[in-house]
Amino acid sequence: MMEKYELLDPFEKARLEKGFEEMDDQEDPVKMILRHKDVRKTAHNYKTFTSAAVPGRIVVPSEINIRKTRQIPFELDPPVHGVYRALIEPWFKRPLQEEYTEKLTAQIAELVEETLIRDQVEVIEEFALILQSRALTLLLNIPFKEAETWISWGTHVFRSEDTALDGDKANILYKYIDGQIEKAIENPSEDLYSLLLASEVDGKKLTKEEVKGVMVLTFAGGRDTIINAVTNAIVYLSGHQESLERFRKEPEIIGKAVEEMIRYFSPLTQIGRVVTEDTYVCEHAVKADTRVSLCWASANRDASVFENPNQIVVDRKINPHVGFGFSHHNCLGASHARQIMRVLLGTLAKKVESIELFDFKENIEELGEIKRKVGYDYLNAKFNRLTK
Amino acid sequence: MAKITFITSDNETIELEGTSGSVMELAVEHNVKGIDGDCGGVCSCATCHVHVKPEDMTKTGPASETETDMLELDDNADEYSRLCCQLEIGDSLDGVVLKVAK
Ligand code: FES
Repeated sequence: MMEKYELLDPFEKARLEKGFEEMDDQEDPVKMILRHKDVRKTAHNYKTFTSAAVPGRIVVPSEINIRKTRQIPFELDPPVHGVYRALIEPWFKRPLQEEYTEKLTAQIAELVEETLIRDQVEVIEEFALILQSRALTLLLNIPFKEAETWISWGTHVFRSEDTALDGDKANILYKYIDGQIEKAIENPSEDLYSLLLASEVDGKKLTKEEVKGVMVLTFAGGRDTIINAVTNAIVYLSGHQESLERFRKEPEIIGKAVEEMIRYFSPLTQIGRVVTEDTYVCEHAVKADTRVSLCWASANRDASVFENPNQIVVDRKINPHVGFGFSHHNCLGASHARQIMRVLLGTLAKKVESIELFDFKENIEELGEIKRKVGYDYLNAKFNRLTK
Repeated sequence: MAKITFITSDNETIELEGTSGSVMELAVEHNVKGIDGDCGGVCSCATCHVHVKPEDMTKTGPASETETDMLELDDNADEYSRLCCQLEIGDSLDGVVLKVAK
C-alpha cells in the first residue's frame, strides 16, 4: 500500500523521454522544463528567459487577470533585480538571529502544546495556517495579534475552493496591504512596511506601488508553500515515529532533514519565465513571447542527481535540490522557511511521541496531462504527548 | 587540529582553528563575512563558496561533480572554487588559505 505521506513523482516518464511537458494555462500555454540540469540552466539564463514580463504572467496559473502590481524583486531581471534584492535581503535573513529564533521557538512550542491537549485537530486550518500566520508577525516585525486577521481569511486568500484564481479574494489582500502602507506612512515604526517606505533606489524613495509589490510577494510567496511543507511533514512523521526519535537523539541532523523534506515535497511546483527570443528547450523549438516553466518538483526527483529520489532520506548528506529555486531568484523567504521547519521538527521531537491521522483530502494540481499532489485540502490528526 | 585562514572580500584576514566538522561550520560559527551556509552544508545553496589559494589545492583536492555543477553557473567561479561545506576539517587541511567569494 502506498504510504500516506507519499508524494509520487508524476513527471518521471516525460522527464526521461522528452525532458519537458506541456500544459494549457488560460490560453497562455506553458512548456514545463523537467530535468535538473535544464531547470538550473534556464533559471540562470535571464536574458532569454525573463521574469520581467507583464505582472502575473510568470506565475502558473497566470495571475494577469487578477493583479496589476508587479511583485518585487520576483518579477524583475538582473541587474535591477539585484538592487532591490540587496535592499531587503538582510531583513529576510533576520530569522537566523538568535533572539528571533527564540521567539519563533516559543510560538511554535505554544502551538504544539495547544494541539497536544486536543483530541483532534484539523492540521491545515488549526495548525499550519496558525503557525504560518504567527511566524509572519515576526518576519514583518509587527504585533502578534495581527496574526488573527490573516487566520480569519482562511487558507485560501488568493484562491477559492472552486477556482484556482479568485479576483475578489485577492482584492482583500491588496486592500489590506494598501491600508497598512497608509498606516505606516502616518506612523512609521520598526516594521517591514516602514523600512521599505524609508528605502531608496538610485536616490529615489520607493513608491507606494513598489512597497506594495514587495509586500504582496511576502504574503503570497510564503503562505501555501509553508502550509504545504508543514502539513506534509506532519503526515510523513505520522508514519515515521522513528524519525521523531532520531531527531531527539541526533538533533544535528534536523537541518539535513529539512532540506530533504523541501526536496521531496517541493512545496512550490514551478515558476514560469517568458521567452525573449526564438530558442530551443530540449531540442524543441520555443517561440519568443511564449512561456516555459522551471519545474522544481520534477528536477528534485531527477535520478541522475539524487540516489533513491522517491524516498525521504532524513540524513541525506549531499542534496543539491532546487526546492528554493536556483540562481538570482532563489527564494527570498528561504531563511524564514528553513527556520520554521527546523524549529518545528525540533519541537515535535521534544514533545510528541506519535501522530495519528484520521480522514483527509488530498490537494491535487492539474498540469495538463499530469496530476500532482502538492498537499492536502484538509487533514484530521491527533498528536500524542511524549511521556518518557 | 587545523589552522584555516579566510580572506574576506574586504581583505580582512581571519585565522581560525578547528578540529572537526566542515569548514563552512567553522566559518559560520565565527561570523566570517560572506559565508552564510544557508542550507546547513548539503550542497544546495552555494552560499559557502571560497577560492582556494592555488598552491593549497593539494590540501583540499578539487571540487566534486556536484559542487562543479552547482558552481558552473556562478560567474565568479574558477578552477580553485570549492563549496567549503564540503571541506572536512582535518590535519590535511592545516595551513590552508581560502578567499571568500562573496
Ligand atoms: S552551505 Fe549550502 S552549499 Fe555549502
